[in-house]
Amino acid sequence: MKTSLVKYVLYDILQNRIVIAYTVFLLAVSMGLFALSDQPAQGLISLLNIVLIVVPLVSLIFSTIHLYNAADFIELLAAQPLKRSAILWSEFWGLSLAMITAIIIGVGIPVLVYAPNPTGFSLLGTALSLTLVFIALAFWASVATRDKARGIGVALLTWFYFALLYDALVLFILFGFADYPLEKATLALMSLNPIDLGRIIVLLQMDISALMGYTGALFNALFGTVWGIIYALSIMLLWVAAPLYFAQRIFRKKDL
Amino acid sequence: MQLFTLLLLCFWGVAQGATLEVGKGKTYGTIRQALEAAMAGDTVRIHPGVYAEGNLTLGKKVTLVGVDYPVLDGRNSDEIITVTAPGVGIFGLQIQNSGQLNTIDLAGIKVLSTNHVRIGNNRMRNCNFAIYLSNVQDSEVFGNDVQGTPKEEQNTGNGIHLWKCERIRIEKNYCTGHRDGIYFEFVTDSDVLGNLSEKNIRYGLHFMFSHNDRYRENTFRNNGAGVAVMYSRQVEMTNNHFEHNWGGAAYGLLLKDISDSRIRHNEFKQNTAGIYMEGASRIDVEQNRFEANGWALRVQASCDANNVRENVFIGNSFDVATNGHLVLNKFEGNYWDKYEGYDLNRDGVGDVPFRPVSLYAVIVERMPFCMVLMRSFMVYLLDKAEKIMPSLTPEMLHDEKPLMREPQLNQNHPT
Repeated sequence: MKTSLVKYVLYDILQNRIVIAYTVFLLAVSMGLFALSDQPAQGLISLLNIVLIVVPLVSLIFSTIHLYNAADFIELLAAQPLKRSAILWSEFWGLSLAMITAIIIGVGIPVLVYAPNPTGFSLLGTALSLTLVFIALAFWASVATRDKARGIGVALLTWFYFALLYDALVLFILFGFADYPLEKATLALMSLNPIDLGRIIVLLQMDISALMGYTGALFNALFGTVWGIIYALSIMLLWVAAPLYFAQRIFRKKDL
Repeated sequence: MQLFTLLLLCFWGVAQGATLEVGKGKTYGTIRQALEAAMAGDTVRIHPGVYAEGNLTLGKKVTLVGVDYPVLDGRNSDEIITVTAPGVGIFGLQIQNSGQLNTIDLAGIKVLSTNHVRIGNNRMRNCNFAIYLSNVQDSEVFGNDVQGTPKEEQNTGNGIHLWKCERIRIEKNYCTGHRDGIYFEFVTDSDVLGNLSEKNIRYGLHFMFSHNDRYRENTFRNNGAGVAVMYSRQVEMTNNHFEHNWGGAAYGLLLKDISDSRIRHNEFKQNTAGIYMEGASRIDVEQNRFEANGWALRVQASCDANNVRENVFIGNSFDVATNGHLVLNKFEGNYWDKYEGYDLNRDGVGDVPFRPVSLYAVIVERMPFCMVLMRSFMVYLLDKAEKIMPSLTPEMLHDEKPLMREPQLNQNHPT
């Protein structure tokens, strides 16, 4: 990774109109939701839905498009005496820093103003981690497919699967196997979707009273202590690392 | 110190008996000697020191007054004070280390079959049962600081334990580390005022078969299972605080087979279930505030003719849950923060009814592990669909007159 390269990518993206629009959109929506609800807690609930749906979508699609658009630039860089991994990492950090900036301005500032409490900060943490996870997934998708349209299609499907389809499937499975002890299975199922993990990080603050109502021993051990958050965050980290690792493995040998 | 001098002066005037001094270098070396010498109406004044004299039985009308909390130690084997005579007063003592037996409930102070007893401003430490009233009438227990050493539920006694009593006043006590902070069984016409009961193993307050009682301005927090009210009628609970009772079987307030009672102006905050009602009839739940609970109300289908009026529901994960379709209770004029209706005539009352039981609440009631999907977008969609066409949620459970704005509740809470 070259810092100068990261800087270049970052400045390039920060000037992008879409990132600016994204920042303004987040800021407007967050401020609006807080201003419209009687209670900050209510605003946080509405904002949670935005964060869980919009942030993954924008991170994923924008990153995929950016990577395809930067294909020529990446090709040029590959001709220079630079390691392939350095190119990939610079792109990743450039993109991540730009999107993180957008989140911090768009979500962080309203949270600081209206709801500077553990729930608000866990929501901000969730937004940041989801951004990183879906940028990593975008890398994998765009490196794995050469065709731009197909790459964007894969990215969109990924988002649709994680944001909507997955929970419906989980609900379906839970209904179907309701007679079996599903405690561990549900936890495993939640770990297989970064959006669910992010949601649980916020739930641990927002709805802890209800979560404690479920008598499962594993649930209580996990949700009743700080281990719940540590567990969710470390799985989330895996969700960033794994796609990046696969992307890098493909990119190293890819014929550009 | 000044307080006790004052107290002493009071009793000087009231008792009009002699004062017997106990302590090193005083008239009596031990409390037992003083008690033997005392006449009815006398005051025994105990100076600082440690008195481990086994069981002391107060069989005549005497008043024990401690100066700077003299310690009465039970050496983990005795019941420390047993009161059998009417008119006894016990003030300002530190009573510690009572014994524990499986056959007899040993206590720090036990009052047996008498009346007009006053127990005030004592410190109870590491007792099995701390203050135990059995078949007592017209008595007072106030300002005691009761701290137990929590062991297992079956090996720990209750803080303030009343059995078959009438007209008792329990006021401004602090109870912690016992099985139940305050325990009532067959207690009638009594008042529980301004107590703080926290971190007890089971219930902060537990009462059974106790009719015509009043509970006001108490705080119950962080107890293993909250507060339980069972098999009683005509109970009045006002201005109490129920806080932070978490767990699978923890409730702010558990109502089981209760009837004709009133629950007003209370605050339920951060409990797994604010109020859990089972077999409850004709109860008015009015002007309470439910905030950040897992479930604000869990009303089982066995409840009937209850009125839930003018309460405030804010930030609860679920407002109301129930286990059946039959709804015989009335919800009216509450403020629900989840209400999304409109108010065209601007009278402050929403024009469409609010259904506080969501589809997801019904699902979680049947399959608790679905809890992990809370606030998922999928669940949100399902709830929306159900709101438009109710099929699984009890149709009759609705608030016809939901308030548009949060009303100011006239609550007077202890600090």
